[in-house]
Amino acid sequence: MLSYLLATLTFAGVYALLALGLNVIWGMAGMINLGLAGFFALGAYASALATVALGLPIIVGIVIAIAFAAAAGALLSRLTLNLRGDYLAIVTLGFSEVIRLIAANEIWLTNGSDGIPGIPGPLRGTLTPLEFNALSCALLFAAVGLAWWMTERLRRAPFGRALRAIRDDETAAAVAGKPVRRYKVQAFAIGAGLLGLAGAAYAHFTSYVAPDIFRPLLTIYIFLALTAGGTGNTSGAVIGAFFVILILEGSRFIEPLFHGLSGAQGAALREIIIGSSLILIMRIRPQGLLAERPPKSLRTQ
Amino acid sequence: MQAGTITGLIGPNGAGKTTVFNCLSGVIPAEAGQITFDGTQITTWRPEQISQRGLVRTFQIARGFPRLTVLETLLLHGEAQPGEDVVAALFSPGRWRKREAELITRAEEVAAQLNLTHVLDNMSSDLSGGQKKLLEIGRALMGRPKLILLDEPVAGVNPTLSGEIAERIAALRETGLTFLVVEHDMEIVARLCDPVIVMAAGAKLTEGSFEEVVSDPRVQDAYLGQRA
Repeated sequence: MLSYLLATLTFAGVYALLALGLNVIWGMAGMINLGLAGFFALGAYASALATVALGLPIIVGIVIAIAFAAAAGALLSRLTLNLRGDYLAIVTLGFSEVIRLIAANEIWLTNGSDGIPGIPGPLRGTLTPLEFNALSCALLFAAVGLAWWMTERLRRAPFGRALRAIRDDETAAAVAGKPVRRYKVQAFAIGAGLLGLAGAAYAHFTSYVAPDIFRPLLTIYIFLALTAGGTGNTSGAVIGAFFVILILEGSRFIEPLFHGLSGAQGAALREIIIGSSLILIMRIRPQGLLAERPPKSLRTQ
Repeated sequence: MQAGTITGLIGPNGAGKTTVFNCLSGVIPAEAGQITFDGTQITTWRPEQISQRGLVRTFQIARGFPRLTVLETLLLHGEAQPGEDVVAALFSPGRWRKREAELITRAEEVAAQLNLTHVLDNMSSDLSGGQKKLLEIGRALMGRPKLILLDEPVAGVNPTLSGEIAERIAALRETGLTFLVVEHDMEIVARLCDPVIVMAAGAKLTEGSFEEVVSDPRVQDAYLGQRA
């Protein structure tokens, strides 16, 4: 049970990293990125291949994953600079599906739908499974803490203020003298880097990646996490991620209470519970559990 | 346009006044002609370059940043803030906080000039219509501009407040600023603007003092419709 709890918390950490990445791109800069799963996959595959195929150390794999996802994010946002709202959403969703299909079909590189097994984890051989989960959990929490600190620092700085201005009105931000295009590319790259980090962490923790993991449903869960936690609020992103994992995993324990359900019915019941809880939150607190607040100005200090 | 003047730009609806503003501020690229500002060709410049050069515009419908506070909106328009660079934002907070303190001082001065001090910490979306108009001017002032384009600074504002806004504009001209004002309130135009440029159907019709242009029959035609 403890091992399960630690593993669940580790997954919550992965979700928190994803939500923090999305919070930079969407929460702060207002760009709808439905391609989270694609950047997550890029990070996971980049680090998996770097460590398994090239035999590089895990930490190098993770750095490569972040750099790779950030570069892909910069490129994608550079190409889509003039797209707004729904159009950007469609393109990013397409991007993520393209990444998944490449992973499924370029067998020479990714081993196709069989996936890549045996991805090394830190000290996996020497620790007991329980100890390994505890270590992973601790490392993930440290990563989430670092990502929280970094994005919150950006949010409080004039950089974050410019991003929020662009989110509210791009034209007025340009007239205010802000280089809107550069900001959008930077914000997208930073967010995508965090998504890549989440992917790498996932790969090294579970030791296995396959194309099926990176379906668009994951993207939806992260959007739900951020919306429930509070879009634009850094702490809200983390809390929302833990909340979504709580519902996802918690609904597992409700299922056995209903006797006589088939496996498929049980799975459907879980989805119903997940959906209704989120609708409930949005009804009660539309701004999320933690609403976005402007950073405290230096004036009042 | 002469430096140190408040030039009025008037004309019937659809004459192209706002389009002129959009071209001057770089929001819409000019299809023909040249824009020279302070001795520099700015025809093909992007909006942020033009603003940084000292030509700042306001918007007709107070177009602001609803989820930024009034103070944040003013600070956003301050120049040379190193903390807007992502690396400095992360790694040299001391440097940007120092600049931030200077900008806050200036924002407080601007707010005091415009009677906005008591709402500095409010969200921009919570301001009244008149306060939004004043904030528009405040935003323009933060960039230490040479020329401010005001798009209907008193539209939709009650007469007392519009008189007050006009006074503020006149006082700012005394500090050496130049204004180009689009306005439909002729009382305000008569009080503030000299010279006045009249536009109709996308082209300049005439230019002169307010009395000159209103007595020009072509101007009356443009406003009241062509005589048969």
